[in-house]
Amino acid sequence: MDWRSYITLKPGTTFVVLALVVIALALGAILIGPYPITFAQLIETVTRLSSGSPLPETQGDTVLLSIRLPRVATALLVGAALSAAGAVYQGLFRNPLVSPDILGVSTGAGLGAAVGIFFSLPVILIQGFAFVGGAITVTLVYLVATSVRNHEPTLVLVLSGVVIGALAGACISLLKILADPYDQLPAITFWLLGSLAGVRTSDLTSALPAVLIGLIPLVLLRWRMNLMALGDEEAATLGIDPRRLRLLFVAAATLMTASVVAISGVIGWVGLVIPHIARLVVGPNFNRLLPAAMLMGAGYLLIVDTIARTMAETEIPLGVLTAFVGAPVFVWLLATGRRSW
Amino acid sequence: MTSLVAQKLGFGYPRQPVGRNVDLKVIPGEVICLLGPNGSGKTTLFKTLLGLLVRQNGTIVLNGQDISKLTRTQIAKQIAYVPQAHESVFPYTVHDMVLMGTTVHQKLFSAPGQSDAERAQDMLNQLGIGDLAKREFTRLSGGQRQLTLIARALAQDAPIIVMDEPTASLDFGNQVKVLQSVRRLSQRGLGIILSTHNPDHALACASQVLVLADGTLQAAGTPATVLTETLLSKVYQVNVRLEKLSDGQQVCIPRLD
Repeated sequence: MDWRSYITLKPGTTFVVLALVVIALALGAILIGPYPITFAQLIETVTRLSSGSPLPETQGDTVLLSIRLPRVATALLVGAALSAAGAVYQGLFRNPLVSPDILGVSTGAGLGAAVGIFFSLPVILIQGFAFVGGAITVTLVYLVATSVRNHEPTLVLVLSGVVIGALAGACISLLKILADPYDQLPAITFWLLGSLAGVRTSDLTSALPAVLIGLIPLVLLRWRMNLMALGDEEAATLGIDPRRLRLLFVAAATLMTASVVAISGVIGWVGLVIPHIARLVVGPNFNRLLPAAMLMGAGYLLIVDTIARTMAETEIPLGVLTAFVGAPVFVWLLATGRRSW
Repeated sequence: MTSLVAQKLGFGYPRQPVGRNVDLKVIPGEVICLLGPNGSGKTTLFKTLLGLLVRQNGTIVLNGQDISKLTRTQIAKQIAYVPQAHESVFPYTVHDMVLMGTTVHQKLFSAPGQSDAERAQDMLNQLGIGDLAKREFTRLSGGQRQLTLIARALAQDAPIIVMDEPTASLDFGNQVKVLQSVRRLSQRGLGIILSTHNPDHALACASQVLVLADGTLQAAGTPATVLTETLLSKVYQVNVRLEKLSDGQQVCIPRLD
């Protein structure tokens, strides 16, 4: 079955549709919650704010401005960043089964953040630690995978990611035992579950610039990303320098992953599933894959987060929900094999 | 005039030399066929000529310049490479695959534009596979993939093309199609060096033949002088008969006894 041929929309149309869906989802998510906000209230607050009059600080305003909006915006940012990073890793490692979490980057970044929390460092340094943790992990995984020969490369890469990720997870557990149980432990535990419950505007403003910096090389060099998927030797004969580009792309994707992990914790599966779905819809050309994956990832994580905060009395950790969707898709990818990529 | 010249070339991997003392010269309008048994180092030699592997001895000079001093972009503007038809991980369209050949002529931050897209389609048409443009590369047959990779090399617009066993694992008809396009390209003034396992292919399209075995060139020259029953029998360790057909074309036939 080749249902790709049924999607006959022009690329431009696809992106307009995707963008409209994301905007509609964002509006919906802003209104839904334990304290419901009507559309009229939203319009009223927005017009009052844009006219510059001081806030009378109704309860609705507070919910909207300090809780709902930052949370919705963060969900969009985290989903877009993880999906972009996933699309990059999959292309670079020429392997549709890798993602920030499979490669251990998310856990490595979580470990870096946990170390930062353990030493009670300021937020900017915690983000820096998260980046270093993620970068070390992806380097280790790549070194292990390339030094193990005579095995199926896909399997080796995935397994070494799982192993290094487990090692980082063990280090996090060690830190949890050593951490102060009242102050540091809850914060560290938070990274492992993955949640946007505690997100504030300040988190958003600290992560956004880092994500944008990571995005710049991906957008500028989007065409060359396609050549990387051919393998180093072929890419080199087509006139690019694959070693330098790989370093740049890995650094960019790791920066994006680490900066959102630092505010949202470890949210698995998004970076694996979304690029794959995006590839099914717009094809593997990175010119289209990158924006499609980012839009779909933003919308997907927003849906998941909205379910997480509204479905039950207590919040369901995001990592739990994304795993329910992601794990079956991963099994399906393994089972259907090469042909359907 | 464009030329790729190797002299006293030693090649191989670190601490594992593969070949030595290879002299060759690729110039426009000529087809050089590299023959040699499995494991004789044909692919290693090609990777060294392309600057992908560091040479161990001798010189490789591209248009008068030492190839190790050139950037990947400078090399790619002069030499295109057609790898053995391979699987691709992601389902790029045939058109996108060919479009990647135009990358070397683009600025660092730009993507191919309308004229590049037309050029890619033109190359596909020239090779008679224009109707495959929207198909996925992963779903093509081996022969179609090989022709796509040749189209990509043409889109790269380099005067020299290196082809690694372009006829390997192709059916009879596709082998002939590839050889036909090789001959047409050389008639258009491209310099081509290709490796093959089949002496008949060298007899059919080569202007020069090199025979690589045991890490050195056993012979080099025109097909008529190089491809003899004695040499082929020695290199491939089987008895070989060369026959001239009524139209003058030579064919190579193994003796099964």
